[in-house]
Amino acid sequence: MTAEQAAVPGGMSRRRRRQISLWTQYGLFAAVVLVVALLADWPKLRVNFANWGVAKDLFPDVITVGLRNTVVYTAVGFGIGLALGLVIALMRLSSAAPYRWFATVYIEVFRGLPLLLIFIFVGVGVPLAFPGTTIPGGAVGQTGVALGVSAAAYMAETIRAGIEAVPRGQTEAARSLGMSHGRAMASIVLPQAFRIVVPPLTNQLVLLCKDSSLVLFLGVTLEQRELTKFGRDLAGQQGNTTPIIVAGICYLVVTIPLSLLARRLEARRHGGRR
Amino acid sequence: MKDTRPGTGAAAGGRAIEISGLRKSFGTTEVLRGIDFHVERGEVVCVIGPSGSGKSTLLRCVNLLEEPSAGTIRVAGVDVTDPDVDIDAVRRGIGMVFQSFNLFPHLTALGNVTIAQRKVLRRGRAEAERIARENLGRVGLADRVGAFPAQLSGGQQQRVAIARALAMGPGVMLFDEPTSALDPELVGDVLGVMRGLAVEGMTMLVVTHEMSFAREVADRVVFMDGGVVVEEGPPSRVIADPAHERTRAFLSRVLDPAAARIEDADAAVDADVGDAAAEDGRP
Ligand SMILES: Nc1ncnc2c1ncn2[C@@H]1O[C@H](COP(=O)(O)OP(=O)(O)OP(=O)(O)O)[C@@H](O)[C@H]1O
Ligand SMILES: [Mg+2]
Repeated sequence: MTAEQAAVPGGMSRRRRRQISLWTQYGLFAAVVLVVALLADWPKLRVNFANWGVAKDLFPDVITVGLRNTVVYTAVGFGIGLALGLVIALMRLSSAAPYRWFATVYIEVFRGLPLLLIFIFVGVGVPLAFPGTTIPGGAVGQTGVALGVSAAAYMAETIRAGIEAVPRGQTEAARSLGMSHGRAMASIVLPQAFRIVVPPLTNQLVLLCKDSSLVLFLGVTLEQRELTKFGRDLAGQQGNTTPIIVAGICYLVVTIPLSLLARRLEARRHGGRR
Repeated sequence: MKDTRPGTGAAAGGRAIEISGLRKSFGTTEVLRGIDFHVERGEVVCVIGPSGSGKSTLLRCVNLLEEPSAGTIRVAGVDVTDPDVDIDAVRRGIGMVFQSFNLFPHLTALGNVTIAQRKVLRRGRAEAERIARENLGRVGLADRVGAFPAQLSGGQQQRVAIARALAMGPGVMLFDEPTSALDPELVGDVLGVMRGLAVEGMTMLVVTHEMSFAREVADRVVFMDGGVVVEEGPPSRVIADPAHERTRAFLSRVLDPAAARIEDADAAVDADVGDAAAEDGRP
């Protein structure tokens, strides 16, 4: 094929040129990988990063404590975020101007702050600001609140968009049947809105799963450690990086399926019924 | 089926719908400019008129989907424009059928017909389902109770929407161009159901472009143009022998599209002689 195409008058065909450029890219990429692989000290890497002895000792605690706590923190944060996010979305759409203002300010403030700052505020600021009060639930409660108040700002915008994506005619049909505004919202609009926002909320869940690692800054007991803290502590104790790798794999076991699920739900929504 | 509406008992002797001096503006454009007319109990009134004449707005004012700017609307004697009136109670007594069906896509046909019965009328599941099946049977869909709207044809969807409204036991039904969004071969089923309702004595206010339906079924036809009622009367007069030039022009347009083109061309003569000549040249 090459001889024939090279013979085309006016130089190389477009297809031929694209092929050459592609192969050049592959070649460069392979060269970089090769150089890195040759420079690396494999035996040392194996001992430090993929040490079976160290890895085996992590079980079952990395699952029963680390992964379990990550899931708990994430779930509580998601629950608080969803409830609060729904309330703020409804306030954002309210006909009462003060509610709308409050919701707008809330959303802008919490989307504009680093999550770490919110964690520090919950850990340090709340006890200082309201002496004698603590957020119930200990580390779980504190993490849930920190993750929840922040996630609520993002979820509120997502839910609002979902509500607005439900056609006006749906509300009109519901109201024509004698449903009150609230009843129409609860029975007709929200069920449809939630179907629309499941994929973005699933992505939010992935973000929360990763962000739950910030509980590190609240100070937790041995039993309250989640994956990141667990991995870091053991890596320090053993002078070995394997625990970090194992913790990372544990995250991916949760986050990758969730991301795939979100993408499939999204695809089904666009390609599916109707 | 009639008069299950709460709060209308005392004045239930009134006309089904009585509109006087109704005005409605959107911003600075006045869409309804003083409408007076009524619908007697058991009467079928068809509203016809060109696009943009305010027919939908009129219907939507009756069940307060639009808030009137001025005037009064009485439904079974209750002034629905009174700020103290319980809107939800009024709407329970008025069935509304939309051009675009507006079925609830997340519910089956049965769910569509039961949900308001259960949440608004507080009927139990068994009773609501019995009444739903009854009404779905009435519109010829007894065998499709479990289907979701997306699995139904447009004509079937519109009939579910009619059943959904009927299940609330309304005293009057409003139809806003119920067949305009349908393929021609599906129009007949929906009109057939509406004809059946008329025979049963249902009070109906119908916006439609189906002149044969209006001619056969309506007790009265109301012609609207530019936000006012131009003329009204029995179909034998308004459709067969209209008194106003505007009515005649509209009717010739909907009854005979070819004639409509010639008429448009005539109207355009003043504006552009050349164009009009070209139009006239067409068959
Ligand atoms: N919500 C609204 N805001 C602004 N203008 C509106 C609104 N609803 C209707 N209108 C205007 O009011 C006029 C009458 O509208 P309406 O829908 O009542 O007409 P119609 O007689 O039902 O027409 P069609 O036969 O096309 O359905 C139109 O000019 C329309 O643009
Ligand atoms: Mg209309």
